[in-house]
Amino acid sequence: MRQLPRLTLTLTAVLCAALGNASAQKTTLTVGVFPDLDSVVKAALPGFNKLYPNITVKINSLAYADHHTALTTALSTGKGAADVVAIDFGYVARFAEGNGLVDISKAPYNAGQFRNQFVAYTYPQAMTQDGRMVGMPTDIGPGAMFYRTDMLKKAGVSAASLNASWESYISNGRKVVAANPGSFLIPDAGQAAQIIIRTGLKSGEGLFFDKSNNVLVDPKNPRFVRAFTIAKQIRDAKLDARAGGAFSPEWTTAFQKGNLATEFSGAWLVGHMQNWLAKDYSGKWASQQLPGNTFASWGGSFYGIPQQSQNKTEAWALIKYLTTNKDQQVLAFKTTGAFPALRSAANDPVFNEGVPYLNGQKARVLWRQAALKIQPLDVNKLDPIAEQIVNDALNSVLDGSKDITGALTEAKNLITRRAR
Amino acid sequence: MQATLKPPKPRRRPSWSDFQRRYAPYLFISPFFILFFAFGLFPIVFNAYLSFHQWQPGTGLGEMKFVGLRNYTDNLTDPTFWQSLKNTAILALLSGLPQHLIAIPLAFAIQGGLRRMQNFVTAVYFLPYITSIVAISVIFFTLFSWQYGVINSVLNALSGLPLIGALFPSEKINWLGEKEYVQSAVAMVVVWRYTGWNMLLYLSGLQAIPRELYEAASVDGATRAQQFRYITLPLLRPIMFIAVTLSLIGGLQLFEEPFILTNGSGGAGQAGLTTVMYMYRTYASYSDAGVAAAMSWLLFIVIGVLTLVNNRAFGRSGLAGRD
Repeated sequence: MRQLPRLTLTLTAVLCAALGNASAQKTTLTVGVFPDLDSVVKAALPGFNKLYPNITVKINSLAYADHHTALTTALSTGKGAADVVAIDFGYVARFAEGNGLVDISKAPYNAGQFRNQFVAYTYPQAMTQDGRMVGMPTDIGPGAMFYRTDMLKKAGVSAASLNASWESYISNGRKVVAANPGSFLIPDAGQAAQIIIRTGLKSGEGLFFDKSNNVLVDPKNPRFVRAFTIAKQIRDAKLDARAGGAFSPEWTTAFQKGNLATEFSGAWLVGHMQNWLAKDYSGKWASQQLPGNTFASWGGSFYGIPQQSQNKTEAWALIKYLTTNKDQQVLAFKTTGAFPALRSAANDPVFNEGVPYLNGQKARVLWRQAALKIQPLDVNKLDPIAEQIVNDALNSVLDGSKDITGALTEAKNLITRRAR
Repeated sequence: MQATLKPPKPRRRPSWSDFQRRYAPYLFISPFFILFFAFGLFPIVFNAYLSFHQWQPGTGLGEMKFVGLRNYTDNLTDPTFWQSLKNTAILALLSGLPQHLIAIPLAFAIQGGLRRMQNFVTAVYFLPYITSIVAISVIFFTLFSWQYGVINSVLNALSGLPLIGALFPSEKINWLGEKEYVQSAVAMVVVWRYTGWNMLLYLSGLQAIPRELYEAASVDGATRAQQFRYITLPLLRPIMFIAVTLSLIGGLQLFEEPFILTNGSGGAGQAGLTTVMYMYRTYASYSDAGVAAAMSWLLFIVIGVLTLVNNRAFGRSGLAGRD
């Protein structure tokens, strides 16, 4: 009898404590993303909250460019960044400098423990020269060649002969263009150079700089000479539509009019083609590996934690869920079609299914192979400048105003000026 | 007790009406000054400070490093900077001159010949100036497109005509993809966009010229052309000075049109890369805020000097010279 009130008291105390704890530990985590990644995070929340019921996730989605501009401002001023931020590959090098983002290779995060679960080239993309890691990879863009089956058939050219080597790409490409009047082999000759520049790197080399910051752009570097030579041959054979970069108006129109025989791009291009870019040509496109046994990547996304975040533990829990959870990575692929960075996710049965737009071709298997063969590249903070200078040099070679040796020498000097 | 009581001061208690009379004006003009200090003065001062530092936006303000004049010398030894200045000068000339050569006679024609339709016609010519640049770019991309553009289709069709056909190209011109044509293409858009604005300036100038002068001249038997040459042009000088100055400053700060027409790339051979575009690229894609800030001050000096030269050569006699 005397024990009963005591028991109730303890029970009440325990209950109170539990309830109090629950309400106190409920944290709100903000996530800064851009479309389509916002729909991936949204789709992930039910599963994530099952594991972490005490974390409320708030999604803050801005347009692609706005998101990165806002993030730059927030990191510059040390205020206003979300707890988890998405970073597109093109911006990683920019945010990697300074200490705006947490180094997740260190404890308590130890991102290194997951390294061999991810596609090999993704980790180096998010790492700085001094070995810090600023983002976890979530999706990748393995490169592929897309081609029009009907155009190749008309010219009697097989896809295998088109991508056997760059030389056979050009010689068979001539036949394709000749058999299809008004068509072009490729949107821009420069694309071939971009791919060749990204392949055959020696270990420890970045695209334009080596580990000790020496400039690799040089008229004696076979990688650049070959890239420029092949591109020039394509331009001189009048095979390209001179459309400049992807998503330029000329590029878009050429696609919509169905005047392109091939295109090199990330696997994600299929999504654009089927939704708006080449809607009318469903079933006429197919995919193959890039010519000459080359492999390259087109973009990719990462998640990082800003140093200013007050909820780093919870942020890391969400990032880990988004990137290392196999089911979530498969769900992300089903949501947006962006290729998973987690290797086990790419073994899901869904990757063996045919792609309807590509006439049922099992292209995802090809892309998975490509992803595993893409070389890691060391990122340098001066890459954006060097890339601009090399592109300018390439264009001056393509329009005939400079020869390859002269253009590369000049580019080398311009980059060296900047590398201080 | 009585002794400690001081007589009340003769001063009136400050009334609300006094207070508001004295301070209300400051309150009313304060929005401008608050906005000006926050968005006008502060960025200028900060930009000057920034131009002596090395800083990557995104690394945090604590990472600024003083480098003295290095950003300035870096720019002055950068061939791309000089090329961008050259492009800017060429574009300013290519787009500036036609604007005025078209706008002056146009204003004269509208003022003299189209009295009834004047407002409507003025509005039509002014329309490009207030059209969104995005809409403009979509239209001009469609017109300039190499393979699918209207301009090339028309030119090619014209080249098929007898007699005059030889004047037109039979091959498609890659307007935005070849460095010989990029600058002309950009200049065409700028001329199209700003001629209406200049015409409006000149029209207001024309309306300020007293009617009697024309009447006297026609009594003396002067022709229309003579009236234009000897009355309109001299009396239009002050407004010409203003219009040219505005074009000069606007032309040297050219950004939107070349940026959009070349997709921000500067176009073939970087012929469309203006200094402001290069500045933007240095900041946004090279993340070199200090160098970009220094570049903006160098451009400021160039604009300042040229405006002064313009003022000396044109303005003084133009503004004072009502002789």
